[in-house]
Amino acid sequence: MIDLSPLSDAVGTLFSDYDVLAAFWMTVKLTGFSLVGSLVLGTLLAVMRVSPIPSLQLGGAIYVNLVRNTPLTLIIVGCSLGLYTQLGLVLANPSSGTFIVDQNFRLAVVGLSLYHAAFVCEALRSGVNTVPLGQAEAARSIGLTFTQSLVLVVLPQAFRGAVAPLGNVIIALTKNTTVAATIGVAEASYLMKVMIEFRPDVLFLIFGVFALGFVCLVLPVGILMTALSRRLAVAR
Amino acid sequence: MDDVTGGTNDPGGTPLVELVDVQKHFGDLHVLKDINLTVRKGEVVVVIGPSGSGKSTLCRTINRLEPIDSGSIRVDGAELPEEGKALARHRADVGMVFQSFNLFAHRSVLDNVTLGPVKARGIPAAEAKAEAMTLLERVGVANQAHKLPAALSGGQQQRVAIARSLAMHPKVMLFDEPTSALDPEMINEVLDVMIDLAHEGTTMIVVTHEMGFARKAADRVVFMADGQIVEEATPEEFFTAPRSARAKDFLSKILTH
Ligand SMILES: Nc1ncnc2c1ncn2[C@@H]1O[C@H](COP(=O)(O)OP(=O)(O)OP(=O)(O)O)[C@@H](O)[C@H]1O
Ligand SMILES: [Mg+2]
Repeated sequence: MIDLSPLSDAVGTLFSDYDVLAAFWMTVKLTGFSLVGSLVLGTLLAVMRVSPIPSLQLGGAIYVNLVRNTPLTLIIVGCSLGLYTQLGLVLANPSSGTFIVDQNFRLAVVGLSLYHAAFVCEALRSGVNTVPLGQAEAARSIGLTFTQSLVLVVLPQAFRGAVAPLGNVIIALTKNTTVAATIGVAEASYLMKVMIEFRPDVLFLIFGVFALGFVCLVLPVGILMTALSRRLAVAR
Repeated sequence: MDDVTGGTNDPGGTPLVELVDVQKHFGDLHVLKDINLTVRKGEVVVVIGPSGSGKSTLCRTINRLEPIDSGSIRVDGAELPEEGKALARHRADVGMVFQSFNLFAHRSVLDNVTLGPVKARGIPAAEAKAEAMTLLERVGVANQAHKLPAALSGGQQQRVAIARSLAMHPKVMLFDEPTSALDPEMINEVLDVMIDLAHEGTTMIVVTHEMGFARKAADRVVFMADGQIVEEATPEEFFTAPRSARAKDFLSKILTH
């Protein structure tokens, strides 16, 4: 038998010296808030892009193509330097003792939401394409307005058709939260860098712990979304 | 005909749908040429003609799913609105039944029928539901009310689609080849519902090649070819003694099938 006790001792000290769970909790919070933000903004963008109004279509297309093709790091750093340092956008209470932490967290959420909204928009548009034209025509033919047709008939089916691609966006978002470390948000990868600096002797162990942590976060999302996409699929 | 509509073919009836000099192009293709057609209240008009002759386009212009280039279309005396809420209200007054049913795939059969009355007309949900059940009863699918459309046969789906249109109490009903996507054994269950509607005095414009329906229910047959109305006659006249060469040719083709 291989003696595993040195390994389990090392894991034990790592977990007692560093708050790994708190760091992953920060990752979860970043993911959750950014997901809500990007879903709201992404839906709006998708509505703009499928609307019959050319200026809205153009606005949506410009946003998506600009944001989607910009590195996330640039957007996050841009939020920090541009929105906060330059424009003075304050998202947290400046007199609170945790101002810097809160401010950075919220800036990161803004950046992640802005970025992933572009992908949510495209996932939804692919969902819209799964809805046959006849559905919207039937909706209009019973006297629903454009907005009613969209909200009552097209979007509900589009969301169902978009579950699988939306799942991919959530998975990417979860992993992309690590970029928030660049503006000092103490999420999982931030803690990992700190730990590697102080415990280079157990480098691979540290990698292993964080890789496993991310797999544990992301794997259920994938499984859940696949199951959901089957359950919600619109039978035609 | 000795049906209850009595006198629907009376030339003095009120015009309900009037198309005057309607022109429509798809790019270079001239799909509707000088269309002049008046359909009176209670009248049943069957539109027949070769594939690509513009029958669907004609139907779709009447509820403005397709805009026209020039000419005018009036329903119950009012010119078709261009956009927005007024157009939505107009469409609520014009029922449309599609070849491919187009039931809302994510909603139950009952919801399909109540959606329009509740959302477009603002009728209370309970009232709309009660009427929907009556309509579903009438078209013979009340026992399927809580299923999703995909669980129904094509014939049942098309009857639900008819109920969905009827729920809006439209002034006129448009049918675009309502039985062409159906298996042969389901065609009659849909046609029977349509014949009942016709006999109750519903104003209907029906694109179909079902001669049985035309003979039993239609007041007039309109024959289209190449975007034009080539011939108008009673079903009896049209099927037994077509006047134009195009119609003779067309009939000889569908009769041999
Ligand atoms: N959206 C469109 N864009 C371009 N061309 C179109 C469009 N819809 C129809 N057409 C063309 O217009 C012509 C008339 O089409 P329409 O569908 O009205 O014919 P139809 O008489 O209903 O034929 P069918 O019996 O095949 O249904 C056809 O040549 C068709 O290809
Ligand atoms: Mg057609």
